[in-house]
Amino acid sequence: MRTIQEAFARAKSQGRAAFIPYVTGGHPDMATCARLIAALDKSGADIIEIGVPFSDPVADGPVIQTAGKIALDGGATPAGIIELAAGLRDQVSAPLVLMTYYNPMLAMGLDSFAARSAQAGVAGVIVPDLPPEEAGPWLQAAREHGLDTIFLVTPGTSRERLQTVLRACSGFLYYVSMYGVTGGALRMDAKSLAAVQRVRQAAAGLPVAVGFGVAAPEQAAALAGVADGVIVGSALVKRMLEAESAEQGLAAASDLALSLSGSLAA
Amino acid sequence: MAKSRILSIAPEAPLTLPSEQGRFGAFGGRFVPETLMPALEELEAAFRQARSDQAFQEELNGLLVDYAGRATPLYEAKRLSRELGGARVFLKREDLTHTGAHKINNALGQVLLAKRMGKRRIIAETGAGQHGVATATAAALMGLECEVYMGTLDIQRQAPNVTRMRMLGAQVVPVESGSRSLKDAVNEGIRDWVTNVETTHYIMGSVIGPHPYPIMVREFQAVIGREAREQILAKEGRLPRVAMACVGAGSNAMGLFHAFRDDPVELIGVEAAGHGLETGKHAASLSAGRPGVLHGAYMHLLQDAHGQIIEAHSIAAGLDYPGVGPEHSFLKELGRVSYAAVTDRQAVEAFRLLCRTEGIIPALESSHAIAYLRELAPKLSPEDMILVCLSGRGDKDVAHVESYLEDNA
Repeated sequence: MRTIQEAFARAKSQGRAAFIPYVTGGHPDMATCARLIAALDKSGADIIEIGVPFSDPVADGPVIQTAGKIALDGGATPAGIIELAAGLRDQVSAPLVLMTYYNPMLAMGLDSFAARSAQAGVAGVIVPDLPPEEAGPWLQAAREHGLDTIFLVTPGTSRERLQTVLRACSGFLYYVSMYGVTGGALRMDAKSLAAVQRVRQAAAGLPVAVGFGVAAPEQAAALAGVADGVIVGSALVKRMLEAESAEQGLAAASDLALSLSGSLAA
Repeated sequence: MAKSRILSIAPEAPLTLPSEQGRFGAFGGRFVPETLMPALEELEAAFRQARSDQAFQEELNGLLVDYAGRATPLYEAKRLSRELGGARVFLKREDLTHTGAHKINNALGQVLLAKRMGKRRIIAETGAGQHGVATATAAALMGLECEVYMGTLDIQRQAPNVTRMRMLGAQVVPVESGSRSLKDAVNEGIRDWVTNVETTHYIMGSVIGPHPYPIMVREFQAVIGREAREQILAKEGRLPRVAMACVGAGSNAMGLFHAFRDDPVELIGVEAAGHGLETGKHAASLSAGRPGVLHGAYMHLLQDAHGQIIEAHSIAAGLDYPGVGPEHSFLKELGRVSYAAVTDRQAVEAFRLLCRTEGIIPALESSHAIAYLRELAPKLSPEDMILVCLSGRGDKDVAHVESYLEDNA
């Protein structure tokens, strides 16, 4: 399994942006989810985000909400998702990153969450409701266990705040492409592409990946020109949700992943 | 009370609590998606500015007096006291404000703030519909666009308020997710705000949410306690022994308690025990929950071992929330406020008791505070006075109570 740094370096050396798919952990069930992650790894994923389902996902749109609810109803727990990652560490070469809300981490205990994640081979954690101002206790635990913490910035983040976020951030910086929740409508005009470039300059070497609302290969291709990585979540999860069987979902998600990863060459 | 005496928010009071980070001790804070951080900073700055701006104070005072009908009376409920035995009971009549609940105090304050910030669109969540009605009212008054998120369960059980909001020109957006009640309406409110933050102000209805909401809503509601304290001193020449209020997320309680914080007055918050604390079907996050993060703040929550939020239950839609304002968590930890809980059944009995003894139909939310009176008042002496916040009127609840009584006859 590669590190996050190695994953970006490898993509760069191949003259393309990194492809970072997101899956809702435990959706539609643990076994299928494990197969999906393995399939994405074979379909060009450079890094894979695994969502830890939460009862009240305020940063997520309807698609990921629905998938999370199905996973929770199926008995998914944060500990179960960490186990899922542990079971995959020898099968996949893409580093695994957890995306979770803060309360499940608090409930497990920050140190325990960090220790168990690191032990499972998880490379980093994304916490959409944990801004750097509140992240002190978590960052301490994460650093002790060698986990990266990936923070988010948005089109509304000021230059000063960007610096605050960058001081706390490691692994890569997550640029939220628009005002909205996951799966919303993406704005892809020259102005927004220029904004990504400005953030990338300020990040001074820390890779910048763009996500929220990226659904089609053409969008991914345009973003690949300005970013180090492109994150796709809802569009893939939607394939799984709409499929009539697990097999069909895996095939549809793999197809989309292949066309997305193939579109990222500069 | 003279108009000049009613200060809507106290400009001289320093922001000692919460801290710069919005913390009440360990509680509170600002746990939100990055998109909202600039909006919260902007809101905090606007709020601080408004606090010390004479023109803002005067405009809000004027609305509270001439439009909302403040000051609300402090009424001694003699027949109720006689029936209960023991202490004398005084009701702070927030049910007599325009729109029928204390929620209007906060809605007017925040709508004025929104105007100052140049926001054209208002969103809100609502449980019982009282905050939704108050917000729709204030938005209509200011000519602002208004959308209110409401769980479909609550739309069902608080139908009269849905009609009122629509009449007032607001759009009521049904929320189907989760428990289809207040918690889920807040989730949708936050999602809307994240999406439309450039044009929209989110009027949170209680002392929850990320900083500065808990202090801002408390400040806009603190008029309740300030008036009540002056009124009881004017009537009786001394302070009550106890001041109490129902607590869902806790805005009427914070509004009442704040003025008595430094007084030798016992403060009691009454939570909703639903079917009973032992059944797990309740909304008593202080009595039976543990701290965690939801909707932007660290506070007591109903949650399972994995940190998933448990659906709350209360017959009172306005109390049906699995968390509680962070300042309540802090006051509980300090031991400054004690928190009790009463069941749905006790609340309905209290609802009927107040109707029968005083000719006042209380909101089911406020009925929880009345219900706890039945335990407390008989233990005290006729020398003792208990001040209760009657946070809202119960017109919205009469059909619901009737069907509850039929089902539980």
